[in-house]
Amino acid sequence: MKSTPDLPDGATWRAWGINPGWSRVLDVANHDGDTHRWHVLDTGMPDSDDSDAVTIVCVHGNPTWGYAWKTFLTKFAGRHRVIAIDQLGMGYSERTGLRRYEDRVGDLGDLIDALGLGEVPIVLAAHDWGGAIAMGWAVGHTDRLAGMVLCNTGIGVPQGRGAPKIIRLAASAALRDVVCRRTNGFVEGTVRLSGRRITKIDRIAFRAPYRQAAHRVAIADFVGDVPLTSPHPSQEALEDVSGRLGTIEAPVLLAWGARDIVFDDDFAADLTGKFPNSELHRFEAANHLVMAEADVASVVDDWLDDLGRIDDAEERPRTAVATDSLFTAINRRRDDDQTVAIADLAARTSLDFAALARRIDGVAAALRSQGLVAGDRVAMLTPPGIDLLVAVYGVWRAGGVTVVADRGLGLRGLGAAVASTRPSWTIGPKQARAASATLRWAPRSTHVDVAELMARAEEMSSNELPPEAGPDDAAAVLFTSGATGPAKGVRYTHGQLSAQRDALAATYSITSTDRLVAAFAPFALYGPALGVPTALTDCNVTTPGELTAAALDEACSEIGATMTFASPAALANVVLTAQREALPGIAELRLVFSAGAPVPAETLHAVAALAPNASIHTPYGMTEALPVADIDLVGIDAAEALGEAPGVCVGPPVVGAEVVIAPLGFAAADGVPNAVGEGTMGEILVRAPWVSDGYLGRWQIQRQARPGGGWHRSGDVGHLDAQGRLWVEGRSVHVIDTADGPVTPVPVERVVERRLAPAGHAMPGRVAAVGVGPKGCQQLVVVLERDDVAEGLADCESTTLVRSAVSGSVAAVLVMHQMPVDIRHNAKIDRVAVAAWASGVLAGETPKRSVSGVFHRLGRPGGS
Amino acid sequence: MRIFVTGASSLIGAAVADLLTSRGDQVVAFQRNAAAVLDLQVDQRLGDVSKASDVHAAMSGCDAVVHLAAKVGVIGPRSEYASVNIDGTQHVLDAARLHGIDRVVHVSTPSVAHDGTAIIGGGADSALLEHGNSWYSQTKAIAEVRALGANDHDMGVVVIRPHLVWGPGDTQLVGRIVERSTAGRLALVGGGRALVDTTYIDNASTALVAALDAVRPEAPCAGKAYVVANGEPRPIRELIAGICDAAGIPFAPRDVPLSTARRIGSVIDRVWPVLGRSDEPPLTRFLADQLGTAHWFDPRPVQRDLKWTPSVSIDEGLARLAEWFTAGQSHNLAR
Repeated sequence: MKSTPDLPDGATWRAWGINPGWSRVLDVANHDGDTHRWHVLDTGMPDSDDSDAVTIVCVHGNPTWGYAWKTFLTKFAGRHRVIAIDQLGMGYSERTGLRRYEDRVGDLGDLIDALGLGEVPIVLAAHDWGGAIAMGWAVGHTDRLAGMVLCNTGIGVPQGRGAPKIIRLAASAALRDVVCRRTNGFVEGTVRLSGRRITKIDRIAFRAPYRQAAHRVAIADFVGDVPLTSPHPSQEALEDVSGRLGTIEAPVLLAWGARDIVFDDDFAADLTGKFPNSELHRFEAANHLVMAEADVASVVDDWLDDLGRIDDAEERPRTAVATDSLFTAINRRRDDDQTVAIADLAARTSLDFAALARRIDGVAAALRSQGLVAGDRVAMLTPPGIDLLVAVYGVWRAGGVTVVADRGLGLRGLGAAVASTRPSWTIGPKQARAASATLRWAPRSTHVDVAELMARAEEMSSNELPPEAGPDDAAAVLFTSGATGPAKGVRYTHGQLSAQRDALAATYSITSTDRLVAAFAPFALYGPALGVPTALTDCNVTTPGELTAAALDEACSEIGATMTFASPAALANVVLTAQREALPGIAELRLVFSAGAPVPAETLHAVAALAPNASIHTPYGMTEALPVADIDLVGIDAAEALGEAPGVCVGPPVVGAEVVIAPLGFAAADGVPNAVGEGTMGEILVRAPWVSDGYLGRWQIQRQARPGGGWHRSGDVGHLDAQGRLWVEGRSVHVIDTADGPVTPVPVERVVERRLAPAGHAMPGRVAAVGVGPKGCQQLVVVLERDDVAEGLADCESTTLVRSAVSGSVAAVLVMHQMPVDIRHNAKIDRVAVAAWASGVLAGETPKRSVSGVFHRLGRPGGS
Repeated sequence: MRIFVTGASSLIGAAVADLLTSRGDQVVAFQRNAAAVLDLQVDQRLGDVSKASDVHAAMSGCDAVVHLAAKVGVIGPRSEYASVNIDGTQHVLDAARLHGIDRVVHVSTPSVAHDGTAIIGGGADSALLEHGNSWYSQTKAIAEVRALGANDHDMGVVVIRPHLVWGPGDTQLVGRIVERSTAGRLALVGGGRALVDTTYIDNASTALVAALDAVRPEAPCAGKAYVVANGEPRPIRELIAGICDAAGIPFAPRDVPLSTARRIGSVIDRVWPVLGRSDEPPLTRFLADQLGTAHWFDPRPVQRDLKWTPSVSIDEGLARLAEWFTAGQSHNLAR
């Protein structure tokens, strides 16, 4: 027998966080006639007779060993059986001669047989080159495979690209022996990629079985077995397995460290295409050793939960109610060269309906001729304006999927958002090309210059177009910034977008005789689908809050507008800049619609004075589902007249949308919970044909947001009243979890606002109600935004006033100079950050365990 | 029921004795000197808790024990604290066992588990045996460990740690605040922004009686420690301002940053014994931590296991304190 490292002793295992009892060696008769000694970490049979228990066989890659699955072993021990193997020649298994891919697939089969798992279904988890080996076993045992978890792995190099440079380098004959065997360079490099995301103990344990050159032979062999040259002894076997992956019907979870430069997103996309039933969850901050760096085990836990339930889940209704496509209205007016379809008041240009239809078709044909195929993602990096509108519809017409992210995410957030979708194409001006290449937003994309695209569109003929996309085809990925973490990509199909258009048309009685001014650029996108003339206002798109009354009026007059969609900040500034002179364009409006953030009633009343014939509406909804409910100014006034408002009244659900209130904090894995009663606060769930498809590459988040049956968890809390009106009371993550029960922030903030600023008086600053302390016994703290006094405890008078307004117990009243708010609307208070700040102030000193990372970002609390 | 109450002449002890008497229980009060504050119905038995024979003799005929007697303070040799707090507790536990008593409430203090850092929604963490020079905390910690260790199938022992008790007649918290504020020497650590929970006196006594009613061998609370407080943490500045207001004296504190207060406290801790001073020091490291960092607790364990919730709110307590001051009883606080 060749030199095999000695097994660690009990104390060493314990120091590494591994139960010494899990370490087992077994001699296995091999298919090639030899007997080999294997080492595995085996948590043994589950404690309970739980029928949901599974056996998870974990296959590490190169140059790691079974320890790589420590988080699986510790998380699942007792509930599932986890067996993390050391491949032959690796970890603490026997050092053997050269083993090629086919040998290793056979070896894994031998070991699984020898483990005597009987006929129980097996979940395979695999990482790195262990993935190809696991897939090799899986295609031969599809009947025994309950599911697969694949982490940063691949089988063969994805089409259209070369092997990762670093692997090519390590595999080159000259370097391989030096890097992999004679020195520990490969082991060290792999471990170091994880940086501080793994612990010192992890680093020690990963290196432990590879301290001597004699123990590292298989590491070099493994790298040499990567088929980078053709012909290669293992190439055929790999291709055979790769070609049969479509026979694996078991669910596959791809848990991916997004920073990996070896098995990057291309490999994830390649595998997604190869398995009939796969889900992707990307870990934005993790590198190659994703299982050690990120909480993959928790995602797998949720995913395993679903393995046994797939049949119970009520399928969401797939048929969208929309019968017209996004292009029906455009086609209907295809011959109309008299009516302006889009007018851009900033660029002083316009297109009539006939030209619009032609231009869209031309863009679609131009993109097809450049090689765009259905399903390709296209990052729209064109600033709002006519070109963007035309490009979006052109991409849709060509079968592409638009990726729309905006500056409201901040530049870094925007880049990360675009990058996470791996667009094949980018459309934008020259600067956008630089951003996508230099900042690596879309390093593998083909950039299309928007000006050239428009020019070429004029020359194309429309008969080169494919059929229109179907309702279930992907149409768009939009981005929403959550309360925490990176922005999430929200997926929409053509059917869902069409249904959304119909919902807007039905809710606001929009017909082809209407004319729209989009004072919030994204809303202009609805114009062509609605078939109504649309004008964009003369206003910097990144600062909608600078829209003046004159600019809005000009746009309205230009097309004889009947309605305008504006952001709350834009409306506020319009009211502020409305001089005494007449605004005839605005006065003609029949509908004013404002969405995105709460709009103060005073602003709406002021708008009503400018547009006396308009009904003023504020829809309620979110990136994932809009509209959900709607209320007009009359409705708002009626609700406000109730006195102590238990939240913000957003009106009854719109026609076609269903709303239920679910108990706070329910588990999505348990399905759709029973609704709570009228007047009872809980989480708002919504169902409608226009609810988005799900999230992109965020399986766990999607799972938690979608309990089944087509329902979407809004993340907002509130209640339905006796009249069927929905009241929003805040975000579920902002609920204050006191010992006496949950307290929602918005009702507290509203009574405080009313007390501090009696009717008719402007509020001096924002008010936030937040919780400090651990969940279950949090204390309610009210924070006032003021910059005329020192930060810290509020004065005695304000404190008394606040306490007298709030019915529950208020632990403290604080003053903060400037509250953190969202970039896009400058309106939504980041109550998590405010709470972290308040906790710091009231701790007296920085607590040992910081309440939240946000606290560090904000720096030390002010206070006196 | 006949209940043996040690330290019954203290503010809380007297309140507990009152409460028990008023609901029909018989109280045997055990302390060194006859106490005028106690009701006539209370059977006062005099003795020294640090003498096993005194305790044993006095406990005869009793059914339950509430053990409050303790030596409180920041100065003096460890032996003085140990003989009352450690030995005294041991004698009470031993006597209870010999008399076949099956329910014991041991009154401890949150400071036994306090390591100087902020406590935010904390639980009754295990007592720490290392408290530097704070003999009170250290000996009370040992006493608590012994009390919990005595819990078994025959005798249920529950430990209650009331947090910062105040109210009419309180010479500790209220007395010192009034004294310092009157002398213009009131200082707040770190602006008094630390969120601190406190216990109005009546709540402390009802909690101890609730503990007495809940504890028995194998009861959910047996063998466990609980922190009792109003469950209404406030910035300490607000509470001190409220007490000054109730006493009708001006509230004009100076502000001392927490780090400065800690440094001064540490120096005084070292210097005071060397100087041989026998009076209470103006500031100690422990006090700096107490005044400068958050201290509030999770109320749910007490609610769940003792079925107790406070009956007097902070605001109501302050109103009662003001009444008491107005009624001219402030001379009780003189000096």
